Amino acid sequence: MSGEPRPRLRNRWVLVLLLVPLVATLIPEFYNFNAPSIGGMPFFYWWQLLWVAGVAVCVAVVYFATRRAR
Amino acid sequence: MTPKFNSAEFGVVVAMFAIVTVLGFVATRWRRGTSLATVEEWGLGGRRFGTVVTWFLLGGDLYTAYTFVAVPALLFGAGALGFFAVPYTIAVFPLVMFVAARLWSVCHEHGYATAADFVRGRHGSAILALLVAITGIVATLPYIALQLVGIKAVIEAIGIGGDWPLWIAFAVLAAYTFTSGLRAPALIAFVKDALIYIMVIVAVIYIPYKLGGYDVVFHRASNALAAKGAGTLLSSSQYLGYSTLALGSALALFLYPHAVTGVVAARSRDVVKRNMALLPAYSLMLGFIALLGYMALAAGVKPVGGTKTAPDNNTIVPVLFNTEFPHWFAAIAFGAIAIGALVPAAIMAIAAANTFARDIYKPYFRPNASDREEGLVSQIVSVVLKLGAVGVIVGLKLTFALEFQLIGGVVVIEILPSVVLGLYTRWYHRWALVAGWIVGMGLSVYMLYVTPSKTATHFGSASFAFSTWGFHTSVTIWTGIVGVVANLVVATALTPLLSRLPRGNDETSPADYLKEEAAAMATP
Repeated sequence: MSGEPRPRLRNRWVLVLLLVPLVATLIPEFYNFNAPSIGGMPFFYWWQLLWVAGVAVCVAVVYFATRRAR
Repeated sequence: MTPKFNSAEFGVVVAMFAIVTVLGFVATRWRRGTSLATVEEWGLGGRRFGTVVTWFLLGGDLYTAYTFVAVPALLFGAGALGFFAVPYTIAVFPLVMFVAARLWSVCHEHGYATAADFVRGRHGSAILALLVAITGIVATLPYIALQLVGIKAVIEAIGIGGDWPLWIAFAVLAAYTFTSGLRAPALIAFVKDALIYIMVIVAVIYIPYKLGGYDVVFHRASNALAAKGAGTLLSSSQYLGYSTLALGSALALFLYPHAVTGVVAARSRDVVKRNMALLPAYSLMLGFIALLGYMALAAGVKPVGGTKTAPDNNTIVPVLFNTEFPHWFAAIAFGAIAIGALVPAAIMAIAAANTFARDIYKPYFRPNASDREEGLVSQIVSVVLKLGAVGVIVGLKLTFALEFQLIGGVVVIEILPSVVLGLYTRWYHRWALVAGWIVGMGLSVYMLYVTPSKTATHFGSASFAFSTWGFHTSVTIWTGIVGVVANLVVATALTPLLSRLPRGNDETSPADYLKEEAAAMATP
């Protein structure tokens, strides 16, 4: 059985979503602050924890967008 | 200072360990294939793991005992810098999503079990494959040893003297990994994760509640860190170190043999991609576990074990549990940490052993070895590796276990050009990749060598201070990034220059990197 070439992605821009979490978490200049804090947790900490959910959403969107149609 | 021996806690931990041991041996019968004694069956579980099992397997594999012990210890000792573990485990998934999918497809198509198998097939270079295999094994050894640090911290917190529990724990682990292979840690990972999720959820609600809320935790931690010259925010000279540590660790993670094993053992390409969206659930847990370091500071925890001048910071989480939790729950948490160390230690030993059997033993010692013989060598080597790791831990004194993992990352990232770029392009010449590896690895090892720590003059840290080279700055950078950039520059510069030398034979075709499971399902 030979593999057929993958259909070209219609929405390649969706891959940009993979860059967003990298930019948001790998540049500490953006988030190295105490304020605003939530429930006593400084911005530095809850911002990065929030992006754990963020990265899951971004990767999930890319996953569904690049899944081969069945 | 050694805490008083607690027999009830000891009993609970031993009972949990016994349950896991039974599971480890039972795993032999779980989804059993035709024959257990080959690398395919013993070392990869027959490549039949679906989404859920792969999630537990990779989760148990990538978020290891170092998660529960070393990351909080780093926040305890060095403040905000230790939180790099969160951006690290965020960055890894977008970075490797398609890389891992391509790796799965080509490995499935050609029956590759390791990164070195792929490199041999792609670049047609036995030397390059050997370098990749050795790099993977060398990087994994300290990582296996690191898992023991977690068990050791628990043992010290329960108040048992001596190293004999470590030897027993690893001898039992070696025995059931020998018989069950990758199925054992895959099955145990379910128990491990259930325990750890319970432990973490209780800990991050109950302990701050007892201490007076997160604002009290951060306030007290900040004061305690100020006395050590650190804080709950980064200083501007730490920015580069923080970013490169997170990015570099993310790039290195899926190059480790145990990560490749987890990917390759998946049933389909789709399972691999889907897991990249599901695995961040572990990162959230890791983030909260990291904060246990601040809770320990706020609760005034004093580390135990180690020496008088350098107490073992890795014990702060077990000690925190001992002081804040009732004993019965502390014991369950200790059991979770200990079991949490067994799963990755088993997978790492299996992965490194597969690499040895496939890429060193067979090509260099016994080219005609049968699949059965290859599998047996892998089984035996996995036992040797585990016992070797105990020897390393008993013989060496560690202050920050995390440095072990960081040094492993510095080493393993040097195979990135051969493996990751190899998944996308055939442009690089095999000898240019070999030269790049030599230069990059040489530079990295040199930089590690000249980096002291408080307790050692060499190999003290994977954070390289530019002041070492005479720059008037306190900025540091993760050593592995410098090494891999040097590697890439050399490989890129030499490729056009070496065009007269014969290129290796590439046995893969572009379509192999995109194949779904359908083609492979046809083969028995």
